[in-house]
Amino acid sequence: MRSDITRAKHHGSGGGELSLEAQRRRAAFLFLAPMILALFFVAAWPLLRTIYFSFTNTSLTNLYGGEWIGFDNYLQRRELSSGRVVWRGTLVDPAWWNAVWNTVWFSVVSVLFETVLGLMVALVLNAEFKGRGLVRAAILIPWAIPTIVSAKMWAWMLNDQFGILNDMLIKLGFIERGIAWTASIDTAMTAVLIVDIWKTTPFMALLCLAGLQMIPRDIYEAARIDGVHPFKVFWKITLPLVRPALMVAVIFRMLDALRVFDLIYVLTPNSKATKTMSVISRENLIDFDKFAYGSAQSTLLFAIIAIFVSLYIWLGKVDLSGEANR
Amino acid sequence: MKRSIADWIKWTAFYAFVVVIVVISIFPFYYAILTSLKSGTAIFRINYFPVDFSFQNYATVMTGRNFVRSVINSVLVAGTTVLLALFLAVTASYALSRVRFRGRALLLVTILGVSMFPQIAVLAGLFELVRFLGIYNTPWAMVLSYTIFTLPFTVWVLTTFMRDLPIEIEEAAIIDGATPWVIITKVFMPLLWPALVTTGLLAFIGAWNEFLFALTFTISETQRTVPVAIALLSGASEQEIPWGPIMAASVIVTVPLVALVLIFQRKIVAGLTAGGVKG
Repeated sequence: MRSDITRAKHHGSGGGELSLEAQRRRAAFLFLAPMILALFFVAAWPLLRTIYFSFTNTSLTNLYGGEWIGFDNYLQRRELSSGRVVWRGTLVDPAWWNAVWNTVWFSVVSVLFETVLGLMVALVLNAEFKGRGLVRAAILIPWAIPTIVSAKMWAWMLNDQFGILNDMLIKLGFIERGIAWTASIDTAMTAVLIVDIWKTTPFMALLCLAGLQMIPRDIYEAARIDGVHPFKVFWKITLPLVRPALMVAVIFRMLDALRVFDLIYVLTPNSKATKTMSVISRENLIDFDKFAYGSAQSTLLFAIIAIFVSLYIWLGKVDLSGEANR
Repeated sequence: MKRSIADWIKWTAFYAFVVVIVVISIFPFYYAILTSLKSGTAIFRINYFPVDFSFQNYATVMTGRNFVRSVINSVLVAGTTVLLALFLAVTASYALSRVRFRGRALLLVTILGVSMFPQIAVLAGLFELVRFLGIYNTPWAMVLSYTIFTLPFTVWVLTTFMRDLPIEIEEAAIIDGATPWVIITKVFMPLLWPALVTTGLLAFIGAWNEFLFALTFTISETQRTVPVAIALLSGASEQEIPWGPIMAASVIVTVPLVALVLIFQRKIVAGLTAGGVKG
């Protein structure tokens, strides 16, 4: 890399045609090339291949033996000899729509709770009190614990016979007998939500806190002198001013929630009540040897997320690149 | 100054809320440590405070089949991934933060978009690539695939850090005839060390915790990383889940992370806010 740059410089000083700005621009492209190349190979190319596979009948054991079958993995119309028409493919697969529903429900509920709780924790951390540093350190712990580890810790705490959570609830008189949190179809989603909210609220709180700290203190001072009620201060001052930071935090969390895999795979394996789009796609790709079918499902997930992001940026006018205020 | 009753109630409510936050945050980790120190059937008695101090579960894990090997795998994979990402990111971030060129904003948003990718969307294509390169079931499969989230993240955070460096330093260097490469290595690098440590640490945590790729691209127990090893840790029989050793293994891999995070608290919070990433 060094030689290229020095050559550019020699060329510039020798011919005198290259201005400083042009020379810098040339160096910039050389600097960017390795990164762009790396991202092309690990992101763009695999994505294109996944989309391609979704239009073939490729199998896991024979990656190069697939044939182009068009949209059959998505939707396929088949006329039986009896004249009856049968539809097949992901788009009419109830298991897929169940996964879509689970993913959307999980994302909306978890992000909603995390935003509200995160904002509450951030407001606490924004106040000045003794032991604030300690509280901030404490809330970093759930964030620092690996997802798989937190899934296992909670699986043990939520255990139906020996779990401490059931023990607490029984002692407090809320329930009579232990609940099989992760195994029961009625509570599996609740269990997943509890763990996710526990693990991710700190992240939301830190992002909200950063937003809160940008608000000048004298605004609050002025409101206090004017005798404005604290709730009104929150709704009319804090919330509008923290909104941009909150919008960015919500979109990051939402994107993360929509692709959730590890927590659900470990906490509630094979539960119909929690299986998300990522889980069902991987199941088909790897475990069930329906490689092309799984590719179609992961392509759909990608499309859904891409549409969601475009809508959000367009409607919310979120400036993600941070270029506007430069 | 005398406190009114209303003030006192407010103060109590506030601190009660603070205590609730701290207890909820810490309790699961505390309980995992407590469980990991129990031996034999003591594990099936529920205690809120430690009663046993047995290191039997830790011995089981450390002498067990492949756990130490998994830890080594994880350190190697995460370390290599982070060094690679930092190396590629430093020069790229200089270009993105300091040089004006057409399409810069678009490129930045694209990079951010890649970090927000649903990883499952590239799984099939990456599986093919990994097979094609002949690195299936080796640590290199993870190093390659983890680049998809460590590289965009490091580029993004370092770009925001570099934007804030004063322009005067760079101008002085340019007047002295320094090339962009010299500016990066001699002028910016010394200023960037704190940012590099933070970014590297956050990327390391991300790589250390990754599960989907590690699960898919390894088959033999000796090649597993820690999250996969813990997720698939099984007992003598199918029905019997070895909770003691699982908790011990969890504590072993979490303690260094928690320690690092607490030591670098301030820097991590700054890095997180700049990068907006979840571990």
